[in-house]
Amino acid sequence: METKRQYEVVFIVDPTADDEVPKLTESFSQIVTDQGGTVTKAETMGKRQLAYEILHHKDGTFVLLEIEGSGREIAELERRMRVNDRVLRYITVRVDEDRRRAQKLKERRARKAAKRPERGSHARRGPAMDFAEASE
Amino acid sequence: MSTNYEDRQRGGGYDGDDDGDRRPMGGRGGGRRMHRRRVCRFCIDKVDLIDFKDVRLLQNYLPERGKILPRRISGNCATHQRMLAEAIKRARNIALLPYTTD
Repeated sequence: METKRQYEVVFIVDPTADDEVPKLTESFSQIVTDQGGTVTKAETMGKRQLAYEILHHKDGTFVLLEIEGSGREIAELERRMRVNDRVLRYITVRVDEDRRRAQKLKERRARKAAKRPERGSHARRGPAMDFAEASE
Repeated sequence: MSTNYEDRQRGGGYDGDDDGDRRPMGGRGGGRRMHRRRVCRFCIDKVDLIDFKDVRLLQNYLPERGKILPRRISGNCATHQRMLAEAIKRARNIALLPYTTD
């Protein structure tokens, strides 16, 4: 079976509609679950200054959603965000492939380290010190 | 506003390719180039993933002008430079980082 895809969605909410942030997050999460996805994390990154103006706004509230699903819920979510004028901008990044790759690299490194522990500088220093102690 | 790495590039004998090697060009400036030899900091820290939301990290590779710092200056390896560039571009898209500053 096809494995679930993981996405990170960050969207910027209009700072004048700050009190709507929890409501918006809730409704977007609802859309995702309705489409068969799951929201693994919903986090408000807080209000911060934008690096450049978007629709004459100088700052905005950033919200991060981590979503797991097939990809269909992303299409729906993006459609909703596009028409919502409270959302200044959004970005969706698929992260499962990169995370898997990172995991693999990490494992490979761990295996290599386990294979030859004597290569570490500590190990090299260790026996020399033992020798010095023994000769005393 | 001058980005100082461009000045340095002109001063030292830049060898015309982007493969990041540090061999002296023979003649003026060669010694100085050797001095700047650095290794990829992401490799040292064993970074496998560069997050586009990590603005503090990404900003180190964005000089005043807002351009991505080239590999020949930062000394990053190709893999990590690619990851870094990707992350910076994503951060620019959602206004975490500027496209340009003037």
